[in-house]
Amino acid sequence: MSDVNSPMAPATLSAPVVLEARNVIKTYGHVTALAGVDFELRAGEILAVVGDNGAGKSTLIKALTGALHPTSGEILLDGIPVHFKGPLDARHAGIETVYQDLAMAPALDIASNLFLGRELRAPGILGSVFRRLDKKRMRQEAQRAMSDLKFRLPSIDNAVEALSGGQRQGVAVARAALFARKLVIMDEPTAALGVRETGQVLELIRSIRERGLAVVLISHNMPNVFDIADRIHIMRLGRRAAVVTPKTHSMNDVVAIMTGAATA
Amino acid sequence: MSQNCNRTFVRSNRLKAGAAALGLIIGASFGTGQAAAEDVIVGLVTKTEVNPFFAKMRQAAEARAKEKKVKLIARAGKFDGDNEGQVAAIEDLISAGAKGILVTPNNSSGMLDIIKKARAAGVLVIALDTATDPADAVDATFATDNFEAGVQQGTYARMAMGDKKAVVAMLDGTPGGTVDTFRHDGYLKGFGIKEGAPSIAGAAITNGAQDKGQVGMENLLSKNGDINAVYTINEPAAAGAYAALKSFGKENDVMLTSIDGGCAGVRDVKDGKIAATVMQFPYKMAAMGVDAVVEYAATGKKPSGFVNTGSFLITDKPVKGLESKDTAWGLKNCWGD
Amino acid sequence: MSTVIPSSPDRKASLKARIFGTPSVGPFLVLLAFCIIFALTNPRFLATHNLSIILQQTVIIGVLAIGQTLVILTAGIDLAVGAICVLGTIIAGKMVNLGYDPVLSMGFAILVCTAAGLSAGSLISALKLPPFIVTLGILGILTAALRLISSGGAFAVRDPFLAWTGNTMKLGGFVLTYGVLIMFLLYGVVWYLLNETKWGRHVYAIGNNPEAARLVGIPVRRHLLSVYLGAGLIYGIGAWLALGRIPNADPNAMQTANLDSITAVVIGGTSLFGGRGGLIGTLIGALIVGVLRNGLTLAGIDPLWQDLVTGILVIVAVALDQMSRRKN
Repeated sequence: MSDVNSPMAPATLSAPVVLEARNVIKTYGHVTALAGVDFELRAGEILAVVGDNGAGKSTLIKALTGALHPTSGEILLDGIPVHFKGPLDARHAGIETVYQDLAMAPALDIASNLFLGRELRAPGILGSVFRRLDKKRMRQEAQRAMSDLKFRLPSIDNAVEALSGGQRQGVAVARAALFARKLVIMDEPTAALGVRETGQVLELIRSIRERGLAVVLISHNMPNVFDIADRIHIMRLGRRAAVVTPKTHSMNDVVAIMTGAATA
Repeated sequence: MSQNCNRTFVRSNRLKAGAAALGLIIGASFGTGQAAAEDVIVGLVTKTEVNPFFAKMRQAAEARAKEKKVKLIARAGKFDGDNEGQVAAIEDLISAGAKGILVTPNNSSGMLDIIKKARAAGVLVIALDTATDPADAVDATFATDNFEAGVQQGTYARMAMGDKKAVVAMLDGTPGGTVDTFRHDGYLKGFGIKEGAPSIAGAAITNGAQDKGQVGMENLLSKNGDINAVYTINEPAAAGAYAALKSFGKENDVMLTSIDGGCAGVRDVKDGKIAATVMQFPYKMAAMGVDAVVEYAATGKKPSGFVNTGSFLITDKPVKGLESKDTAWGLKNCWGD
Repeated sequence: MSTVIPSSPDRKASLKARIFGTPSVGPFLVLLAFCIIFALTNPRFLATHNLSIILQQTVIIGVLAIGQTLVILTAGIDLAVGAICVLGTIIAGKMVNLGYDPVLSMGFAILVCTAAGLSAGSLISALKLPPFIVTLGILGILTAALRLISSGGAFAVRDPFLAWTGNTMKLGGFVLTYGVLIMFLLYGVVWYLLNETKWGRHVYAIGNNPEAARLVGIPVRRHLLSVYLGAGLIYGIGAWLALGRIPNADPNAMQTANLDSITAVVIGGTSLFGGRGGLIGTLIGALIVGVLRNGLTLAGIDPLWQDLVTGILVIVAVALDQMSRRKN
């Protein structure tokens, strides 16, 4: 794109584009939430989306995950135009979202939450006729998913409400990682966490990238973004103001672009 | 479902403590309740706990049981019409080894099976206040003749009104109830009119409660302002009706009568709010019932048939040719204080 | 950065968790305590005949409480329990007395109860009305309808099929009615659905966090509908059991069934806020109430104590639930 002239990290430059938005507009009556935004996520990268309140971050994310329908514009997954009718469609297409409130059933245990809405049924007649759940396999897979992410939990049998904020976030991320085939979108994953737990969650996000999934990270926390992101997509007034990298720009530069005090 | 073990562990400990505490409460209350195994047990199952009529019945039964040195276990339905609760109570009393069971059935036909079982097990069953349907399902019935009581109410109302043309309002209890039907029909007979007669302005369901009696009366008065005679199923309903009549300014123009003989009702008669009421005698039913069980335990002799425990017209404005007692007598013999 | 792989829980802890982790252990200990106390005060309490009576007395509320448990697990409440069940008894009784085939009559009555549950469910899920209000409304409508259908009065229902659930059979010296067996069967089936199937998982998830349930793709509204529909079906079966227990259809019956069933559910450890608890607790809760009433009568104690103790148990149960929720 012509307005984005910043150099990109070599690894992501060559990678194919997984998810793309072209000139997406979303208006509510006279209010314009998205004023023709472009978006580009490459395979295997962590793309941070930053912007001031009201810049259109969450509207953009909702448009990408099917939670709302754009007034106009195009969204492409692996280069093919898609029209998500709802979040379920996006999920079926391989896009997982970690919501800010995590979407967990607190009284249910970790395995139940990991498989919530996607429960595994027992093999054979027990599953097909008697609709019996395969609790053992779900438990094993949950265990494996958590160890794959090298995430520490006291016991997989704990109810989610017995976990700390960081641990819950870990479970939510693990759920996304377990089912995502293409990319994971995370909405403020560190907002409610302390320093140590934030570190753990950032580590989790890195291990998701290591598994070859692309990550979209919505965050207000600049140090976190600079710590982990490969590229930074900056929203301003319903448009993409710039895409920069932590290597080429400083936090002050990014804040300046966000507020309109500077251009990339 | 797996649960957090720490949380539930604490929880079960707390519950254990709770159980122990409750155990203490119950244990403590056994001090008075315990009885020797050879005691004769008399079961009493009343319609509800709250109605003063049944409270009186229960007190009288307790007093008589104490006098006769037998043990009384009293139970009641949870609400007016609670058949299931009374059936369970009878089952429990059979289990407890009751020699005889006195019951005021909430539903005349609802408990026939359990009564049959009780009698087959050698338990004497006596219906108090309300007959079963058929009446010979129990060994005997000690009750007010409610039809006769209704007739007394209706006759008084008609005679006291003289030649005035009557417009009647019926404040019924619970539709379908046996007592309700008997009193209602008795009143109409005593008043000399038939069900569906044009002089009946309408009927309302009060469940024998004051608030519903008031609402029912208000509605009937709105419907027909000419109402000048009001039948009520009992005195609380009559008290409600009086309040409504008063708010319409008609309390002096209407012949308001009732049945029961509760002390509050007799006072209302004394105060002129109710013209007359028909008194029945719950303590007589209860005492006679306990006596019958005691005799059965001692001699094996069972009472049978319908035993009318009587009813008396109470009024301070007697009419000629109709036997009645004044409120001074009424207050001495009333129940519910 | 911590990279500790979750260790498998050691055997000892897992055994402990298995014994005390089950939420119905607390209620069970209460039930056991009452049984011991009553057995000590009156040996008749433990007579097989008496125990069988207690089970028979628990049948109706026990079965209604299954439906109530399902509804409460979704963070709802059902105030039309008793009215729907009575509707079933009146319809079946009326039809049989009019000469219709008893199986057809009972089947139709159960169908009507299911439809009543379905309409409650539709109003709650489609119009998003609070369950409290919807079921209160249905209670009112049905109360009036019942009076109209039965012209106000109770009537006897004498039919071998409708009364069949009250027939007895011997099971190793223990006399049980078929109604008791049906109650246990229903508990078994619904327990399985709640604990071993996706449907049950989703009931808990919706009660716990409906928004989360929606986000993970559970069709929340449709699921709620299925819960109320299932509850209605259970109340219909309850009507059959009620006719077996007392062959009498009475529009004034079961006025306390709402509170009684809620009491059993709450004493059994299910949270009124939804998503926590289970069916075994409810069965124990219903039995606690039955044992209390029977045991106090056998001990010759004023039944007032039953209400008092039940009241304390309800408060204790709700307080425990609140404390455990607040801690998390």
